[in-house]
Amino acid sequence: MAVCVAVIAKENYPLYIRCVPTQSELKFHYTVHTSLDVVEEKISAVGKAMADQRELYLGLLYPTEDYKVYGYVTNSKVKFVIVVDSSNTSLRDNEIRSMFRKLHNSFTDVMCNPFYNPGDPIQSKAFDGTVSAMMVPSC
Amino acid sequence: MALNVARLHCSKSKFTQRVVGCRSSCLRKMSPTQWELPPELCCRPMAFVALTGLDVVYNAVHRAIWDAFCANRRADRVPISFKVLPGDHEYPKCRTKRTSYEWYIPKGILKTGWMNKHLNLVPALVVLFYELDWDDAQWKEKQSECATKVEIVRTSLQGRNTKVAVVLIQKKTPLPPGEDVVASERAAALCNACDLSAKSLFVLPHTDHLVGYIIRLENAFYEHAQTYYYNEIRRVKSHKEFLNKTTHQLLFVRHQFKTGFFSELKQDTQNALKYYKTAYSLIHELRAHETNMLEIKTLAGFINYKICRLCFQHNTPLDAIAQFRKHIDLCKKKIGSAELAFEHTAWMSKQFQSFGDLFDEAIKLGLTAIQTQNPGFYYQQAACYAQERKQQATQLCSHEPSVSFPTPDPLETNSGALDFYGQRPWRQGHQSIDPPDAEKEKQGILALQLKERDVLHSELIIALLSNAVAQFKKYKCPRMKSHLMVQMGEEYYNAKDYTKALKLLDYVMCDYRTERWWTLLTSILCTALKCSYLMGHIKDYITYSMELVGRASTLREDQKSRIEKNLIRVLMNEVPEPEPECDPGSVKAAQVLWSDRVSLASNNEFTVEVQDYVPFIQCKAKFLSPSFHVDEPVQLHVYLRADCPHPVRFAKLCVSLSNQEYNQFCLVEEACKGKDVLETSSQQNMCLVPGKARKYCFKFVAKTEDVGRKIEITHVDLMLGSESGRCVYLNWRGGGGDAASTHEALQASRSFKRRTRVPEQQVDWEAISIQASTMIISRVPRISVQLHHDSPALTNEMYCMTVTIQSEEDTVARDVSLTAGLKPGQDANLTQMTYVTLNSSEVCDEAHPALLTDISIGELQPGQKIEKKLYIRCVSTGSRIFLFHVSYAMSTTVEGKDITCRCHKDETVTIDTVVPFDVAFKFVSTKFEHLERVYVDVPFLLMTDILSASPWPVHLVSSELQLASNMAAVDEPQSQVEGVVLQTGECASECFSLRCPPVQNGTSTVAAGHYLISWKRKSACAETPVVKTSMILPHVIVETIPLYVHADLPSFGRVRESLPVRYHIENRTGLVQDVDLSVEPSDAFMFSGLKQVRMRILPGAEQEIVYNFYPLMAGYQNLPVLNINLLRFPNISNQLLRRFLPTRIFIKPQGRNGDASIAAA
Repeated sequence: MAVCVAVIAKENYPLYIRCVPTQSELKFHYTVHTSLDVVEEKISAVGKAMADQRELYLGLLYPTEDYKVYGYVTNSKVKFVIVVDSSNTSLRDNEIRSMFRKLHNSFTDVMCNPFYNPGDPIQSKAFDGTVSAMMVPSC
Repeated sequence: MALNVARLHCSKSKFTQRVVGCRSSCLRKMSPTQWELPPELCCRPMAFVALTGLDVVYNAVHRAIWDAFCANRRADRVPISFKVLPGDHEYPKCRTKRTSYEWYIPKGILKTGWMNKHLNLVPALVVLFYELDWDDAQWKEKQSECATKVEIVRTSLQGRNTKVAVVLIQKKTPLPPGEDVVASERAAALCNACDLSAKSLFVLPHTDHLVGYIIRLENAFYEHAQTYYYNEIRRVKSHKEFLNKTTHQLLFVRHQFKTGFFSELKQDTQNALKYYKTAYSLIHELRAHETNMLEIKTLAGFINYKICRLCFQHNTPLDAIAQFRKHIDLCKKKIGSAELAFEHTAWMSKQFQSFGDLFDEAIKLGLTAIQTQNPGFYYQQAACYAQERKQQATQLCSHEPSVSFPTPDPLETNSGALDFYGQRPWRQGHQSIDPPDAEKEKQGILALQLKERDVLHSELIIALLSNAVAQFKKYKCPRMKSHLMVQMGEEYYNAKDYTKALKLLDYVMCDYRTERWWTLLTSILCTALKCSYLMGHIKDYITYSMELVGRASTLREDQKSRIEKNLIRVLMNEVPEPEPECDPGSVKAAQVLWSDRVSLASNNEFTVEVQDYVPFIQCKAKFLSPSFHVDEPVQLHVYLRADCPHPVRFAKLCVSLSNQEYNQFCLVEEACKGKDVLETSSQQNMCLVPGKARKYCFKFVAKTEDVGRKIEITHVDLMLGSESGRCVYLNWRGGGGDAASTHEALQASRSFKRRTRVPEQQVDWEAISIQASTMIISRVPRISVQLHHDSPALTNEMYCMTVTIQSEEDTVARDVSLTAGLKPGQDANLTQMTYVTLNSSEVCDEAHPALLTDISIGELQPGQKIEKKLYIRCVSTGSRIFLFHVSYAMSTTVEGKDITCRCHKDETVTIDTVVPFDVAFKFVSTKFEHLERVYVDVPFLLMTDILSASPWPVHLVSSELQLASNMAAVDEPQSQVEGVVLQTGECASECFSLRCPPVQNGTSTVAAGHYLISWKRKSACAETPVVKTSMILPHVIVETIPLYVHADLPSFGRVRESLPVRYHIENRTGLVQDVDLSVEPSDAFMFSGLKQVRMRILPGAEQEIVYNFYPLMAGYQNLPVLNINLLRFPNISNQLLRRFLPTRIFIKPQGRNGDASIAAA
């Protein structure tokens, strides 16, 4: 289960960040922000011509002592970042993938909302619900 | 501030480098702590060879030999470390060999002196240098002296396996082996005397090739050394059989380590790696408990270091990384004593740091690292542990000041150093689970804690962070770099180095701001605000406060409120409340600083360039229109909005424009100065209520000089505070906007909300767009310009255009002037092909311009109308744009101001020019046959066809033939098309009879002359001049012929009536011509005359031959063919001459009745 889920706009500013525990929110913000270095590099590594066939899931971005950071980039260059605890060894790549897929679906729903202005912070209960379901239950 | 930012940008790399550089030098200066890896562990082990018998100080030869050994040791030389020792040097004593391990209990894993001993103290080989030539006179004495010296060395190496070798330094070059009998005898004798094997005796001739000999020598030494280390490995291995698993566990590790180390000395790194790996797994099999945890971790760290180092050396970096990860995972939880938890984190930090160093070193030697796997991560983690260590240290080591360092110092040992690595000084060699003395243990821990308290943690952390920054910069991780720089800044803040903290934070702030990570920006700003408060930097304090109370800040409302109140205090020149969570000591110092600042009268005015921040007041300025006519007032609105929690009042708002003369009109100022800043109710206009946009309108009349110029808002200034106290100017470049507004404007433009209606009174902030410049344009002309003309124009014609100007002004239009002609900026060739004139009397030429400028027209009364005729002559075809520009001046009043403004009106028209007619020429014979060439003195015809291509009827006034000198008209040529009017597509033809006078040569091409047509368009009025178009007649080939034949015959004949025909044959040469003449019979005629004759014609003479033809048939009949042959000119063919003669004639039938001729018959 994730400890932090973030949605980053195409221009690399945060649209949505949720993390547990909330005390270390700042740390997670930094973690997500620094992970964008790797995301950017991975996106630019894929050539222009190949961009259409690019795999959305970027895999493990970088490991830290305490956390593993995974990335996912939609075709519109919106980034999803999921941080999981390093001690959580039960999570396999497939499960991370499915988490991203769920997140993407929910994000698509948000985008389909005619009252949502793309580029604004996400304030959707349905999206919150999806994210909560994949987060470590906060005690 | 903008300037400052720019400066920081350009010095970006320099700055980080400097910070990094100074940190690492700082690290080096620090005394080595117990966590530093010993240098003998980190170096590359090399075989140790001692050289004795060399006097390198006084003996030049010896000096040269020593230099050859130690100088220029490049990678291709064998890895040996040489040392010069005196002949009687005392080597470390060898302890008596243990015969049984049965009762032996080891006191530790590895002795601290062991590695150094084998690197620097116990040689693998001792080489004795001795000066002795084979033919030395005192051979016997010297031989025994040498033997003595060898014996001395041997004695001091008692018990060691160290080899001894002898090198004889000789003055003479040796003979090839086997030739010098004396030498081989004496060598054998010497070996015998010194108890040396022949392999251990060397000769070093001191000649030119010293370095070459030395290299051969050291290769031999290297072999000896390898044998020595090989034996050492075997010796250590041999102990194994005596060991048992219960009491000698430590020895298993020790022996493996030693074999590994000896293998390295032997340069057998593959086996060394193997031994170290075994040692590593053995060390984790040791029983670990609180008393030996440190020793195990220390040794594990050492062995891990060796393994990783060798893996990198073997170019298997992934193995190194895997080993390191394993090491960390195994040791992470081995914290040891809880009271000394900081020791564990310090050790962890060191592990990461030294791995980072190894990694970095490998990269310098050619390894490629990647973004996600580079030394930076290890330095970063090292810094992380260093931070944790600092936290633990503050928790565990914050003893009361009364607690003093225990005496006697439990960390002191008899020798001043530890016997074994990783042991406690107060209980060395103790290997059981419980400490021998609880009291001593307590004292020891206290001593360590007190020592830890003095460690400069911040320096350590900053050094590691700066190492990491340098790495991440290299591997394209700008955000990681920024993050680490923030951490560095915060650490500087913790270390109370506020200047450096602020520098770093201020530097990375803009990255977070441009990427719009407000949470992170807010956190950085808070630290920066604390720094600026503690340093008493007023300007920085104000700048950070303004951003922290603004919309980019994610602070809670109460925090914002606190900061805003402080900001207002500063603006009132008062001391602000201290920031929370600051060091109390620093706060006291800061309060003194601030009260000093407050009492200081001067330097209380600041300008903050807010363009690059997100300040708490937003500004948008707009001209109501992108352009204003000079006769209407320019309107400018400035919108302000405050985002702070409390209302804010400002003292002055001024807009600066590119033309500063207007600035005075764009100013809002406090009416009465010196009032309380907090009192906001009295002047509502100067007060900004949070969240409400306020509009300020300005209006001014533009100067007439500014017509055609742009007026730009250079900046908007908002003054906060008061001039008497402290004032701050917020300065927006251009028409407002800040670091966040561009994106907000973009979002707003996409938003569906912009279509919602806003109540009249309120201003929809999002909907306001900045318009920072406007154009002053001339007054709208009230004048009409009309053009009358018949397009298209004809080439060369005087094309007439009538310009009608009518004033619709209410007052007199003065200085009316017209500029007319070809519009500038078209194809440059058109200028030479177009002439414009006002004069209709003559056809204009090259002297006339393409554009007539400033044709003065004078004044135009209201409603008055003026007409101007303009003649344009286009010499070439194609389309042209013509410009008619009418300008005038008039007076008017704007906002009670009288201004004189110039107005102008432009009209353009595109006119096509076409060819009026095409003229075709052709030369024909008098028989209207096409001629390819004409003959001298033989008349021919010139035909001209004028085909009208003009859409307008063309009136051909006349035509004229201007013949060249070698062409003459047969009679007076007259124009046959005079007065003809050609409609479109109609054709007019003319025909002229010409002849050519004799030419020099037989044949030549001659110019025929010109053909002139005078014409004008039919519709043109009488005064329009006639245009003369001249055409060059085609050239024609003129040929001289020797004989000319022509015939005289009636125009018709009648059946059965005599038809006399006279042929004239002219000789045109200067020679007598013989002519054969014959007439062929014909069915249609009977004839009388000479059927065949040869005659002679004199030069220039003419012969006449007469025939009487008697037609037999009616209708067109071919005449009997006359064949003429010139005997002298056989090439003048019959055919050619025949062309001059008629070929047929019309024969009328016989009359039926009343015909006189029939009656006669």
